[in-house]
Amino acid sequence: MDQQPHQEVTTEDVPTKHELSELTHHAETEQVGSTVFDTRNISIYYGSFRAVTDVSLSIYENQITAFIGPSGCGKTTVLRTLNRMNDLIPTARVEGDVQYRGESLYAPHVSPVAVRRRIGMVFQKPNPFPKSIYENVAYGPRINGERKKARLDEIVERSLRQAALWDEVKNRLKSSGLSLSGGQAQRLCIARTLAVEPDVVLMDEPCSALDPIATGAIEDLMQEIKSRYTIVIVTHNMQQAARVSDRTAFYSVLRNEQSDVRTGVLVEYDLTERMFQNPRDPRTQAYVTGRMG
Amino acid sequence: MTSHSARADSAGIAGSARALAERRPLGDRVFQALALVAGLLVLAILVLILVSTTQQSTTWFGKEGITGIFSTTWDPAHNKFGALTFIYGTAITAVIAVILAVPVSVAIALLLTEVVPYRWARPIVYVIDLLAVVPSVVWGLWGVQVFAPWVLPHVYAPVARALKGVPVLGNLFGPSTSGAPSGPAFFTAGLILAFMITPIVTSLSREVIATVPTIDKEGAYALGATRLEMIRGVVWPHSQGGIVGAVLLGLGRAMGETIAAALVIGSSTQITSHLLSPGYSMPAVIANQFGEAFGEFRSALLGIGVLLFLLTIIVNVLARAVVARNVQRTRGA
Amino acid sequence: MAVAPEHRKVDLREPPSWRSAKSRIATVLMVVAFVLVIVPLGFVLYTVISKGASIISGQFLTAPIPFNVAPANVGGMGPAVLGTILITALATVLAVPIGILAAIYINEYGGNRLLTRFIRFMADVMTGVPSIIMGLFIFAIWVIHFGYSGLAGAFALGCLMLPLIIRSSEEMLKLVPDALREASYALGASKARVTLTVVLPAALGGIVSGVLLAVARAAGETAPVLFTIFTVTAVNLNVFSGPNTTLAAQIFANASQPYVGAQARGWGAALTLVAIAFILMIAARLVTGRATQSPR
Repeated sequence: MDQQPHQEVTTEDVPTKHELSELTHHAETEQVGSTVFDTRNISIYYGSFRAVTDVSLSIYENQITAFIGPSGCGKTTVLRTLNRMNDLIPTARVEGDVQYRGESLYAPHVSPVAVRRRIGMVFQKPNPFPKSIYENVAYGPRINGERKKARLDEIVERSLRQAALWDEVKNRLKSSGLSLSGGQAQRLCIARTLAVEPDVVLMDEPCSALDPIATGAIEDLMQEIKSRYTIVIVTHNMQQAARVSDRTAFYSVLRNEQSDVRTGVLVEYDLTERMFQNPRDPRTQAYVTGRMG
Repeated sequence: MTSHSARADSAGIAGSARALAERRPLGDRVFQALALVAGLLVLAILVLILVSTTQQSTTWFGKEGITGIFSTTWDPAHNKFGALTFIYGTAITAVIAVILAVPVSVAIALLLTEVVPYRWARPIVYVIDLLAVVPSVVWGLWGVQVFAPWVLPHVYAPVARALKGVPVLGNLFGPSTSGAPSGPAFFTAGLILAFMITPIVTSLSREVIATVPTIDKEGAYALGATRLEMIRGVVWPHSQGGIVGAVLLGLGRAMGETIAAALVIGSSTQITSHLLSPGYSMPAVIANQFGEAFGEFRSALLGIGVLLFLLTIIVNVLARAVVARNVQRTRGA
Repeated sequence: MAVAPEHRKVDLREPPSWRSAKSRIATVLMVVAFVLVIVPLGFVLYTVISKGASIISGQFLTAPIPFNVAPANVGGMGPAVLGTILITALATVLAVPIGILAAIYINEYGGNRLLTRFIRFMADVMTGVPSIIMGLFIFAIWVIHFGYSGLAGAFALGCLMLPLIIRSSEEMLKLVPDALREASYALGASKARVTLTVVLPAALGGIVSGVLLAVARAAGETAPVLFTIFTVTAVNLNVFSGPNTTLAAQIFANASQPYVGAQARGWGAALTLVAIAFILMIAARLVTGRATQSPR
């Protein structure tokens, strides 16, 4: 935790691992709980374009970790790597290792289907299925083999309660999921994700399409469920990150002066309080005080 | 600047502006009129089709009346022209074509949208287009000279023998009382029609499936669904309306397909549930017999044409309306 | 770095077997569906090529049509080739201007009026009208009064091509970005001028491609010509009067013939027709390819 010399943002070429490890500030405080994710020097490519370079961080259990940063810095890309959603893009590939509870996520024997059951995702724009509210939540358990109606009823109610939506919809479970307001629809999507009892919930800017009241409801929800799940949230809203997260990772765009090639890098990763009040990297400072991004 | 001169100024400006607005060139207006006429021509042609063909078939309508038109007696020698046999044949072959073509077409559409990476999609689409570009008469030629003679001893006869006595399938495909299986038959025509309608059903199904929002598909995958589960849970509910439209469109195309049917349906005026027997359809009888038809015979054939026209218009209007409603609903969501 | 006791087991990542198997079977079925389509197509093309190639020659394409009983090496399909070319060309000349104008009306002038939507809907519906109806239509409205002719055949094929050209041209016009139109208006051009000098050229590649595909379709059609040209075997250069013949009509006539020679000529005609349709299809693709590559 020495004072790092003032680093210029511009570099001659893509930084070496050594340079990056100096640029990325990690908090070396005690862990809380076990390590859920451990990414080691991962770089993510779309074809030959290197979207994200050499990211290393660890996500800890039962914490809310926020990814923040300007547009194009790769935070969503890294998030989607954690549940292998990038597999859906044909040209995407990951270099480096992503460990989930000690197992490598990208090992050849690993099934993405099994991964995604354990690591769920909530999307930026609420995407309820064109089915009833009940069927939306029951979809996950059903495909995992749950057939008994009593069990399904139980799961649906429990998930909707966890998502703080039960009271509002308990009398109209048969109505279409598409008939809900934005905030309710997003809570439905959260309930749907919780219904398969995942280990981790990833959230990709879950509130960006919602009004402030709905946003507040979701943030409260996150605090309530974090004792049972590990949450990683990508957000454009710094205040939100400061409000809800235990740890924050700040990403930024590194631009090569000569070739104008941009790539995303992890700049700083620390306890939220410390990052916002006393950031170590000048770029973090610039971002959180609003001078950049 | 007094208010008077200001008003005069503005009047001057307004005057010249008005002059600009009126100065729309004659050429422009003529062009627009021509374009409108061209557009209206579509409607005019459709109306004229109905009017002119009906006009030529009034003899038939008048003489036979409603009951006569839909009777099964077709006997040109004795001036009896009941069209039910042909309506039956058209319906049966179209239904067979749809039953055979739709699962295959939807499967190919799913293959193209969900399974195959983008680069491989183009050659597959080329093959489907190739299927569409083979003229109907060539399908018919191949059907009557190669396929029908081959399918009888190699497929129909063994199947008919095997299904002898079997309750339902035996009626459809077994040996029948109305004659042994024939190469040119209802089923043969239905099969060839199925090949011919596959391109359009595939293409329309693809369009429909492509409107399913990617974010919904990702939502299903994110819950740990396999591809089949995603298709059943997300793609199917979104596209079922549109696929119904595609089915109807295929049905309409199969009903109107003339030449291939004319060559392989067997040209036999009979109604039977035995699909391996020869039969007849509306466009086939018109095509085959028009050359020698005069007087009331010709009027009857034209009348059958009117019926066919009305039938296909209804089916097509339904098909397009169903597809439009499905697309609208998905886009609105 | 004390590790807290894990209360969640680290699971092995075995794939849920039965579910993956079902998904894989579904994929296999989709591929099978495609194969089910390729196989007959391959058979047809193979038959056409093998039976037709032996009889195709320069002589075949130009020689007169002999009697059906004549052996295969006698005569050819000259009149039919000529008829196909002339009648299809005439149909194209009739249908293309009207079709493009109608598409221009729908996309540029029509707006969202009920009439416009109705015309577009009906053009769609018209693509599904069986080709035999077009033949009967022209018979009822023209042939009865003016007799059989290549012109009548062209009318019938034109009616067939019209909705196809309207729909494909409209799609292409829709693709032209509004920014191009606005730039032209801003320079003071009238709507007609904008459409003719800016929009149409921008959409031209796609429109030509659509026209070529419609021509391929028309060239192969039999039913519309059956009732309008009264298939004969003599050559008739005068498209405007007197009966005529086309490749498609001849194939239909020869298909049910018992004579080997007639059948062989039928296959030769089929190969010619398929080749024409194929060439037009490839030309359509090339035109689209060039249009999307050319710098705007």
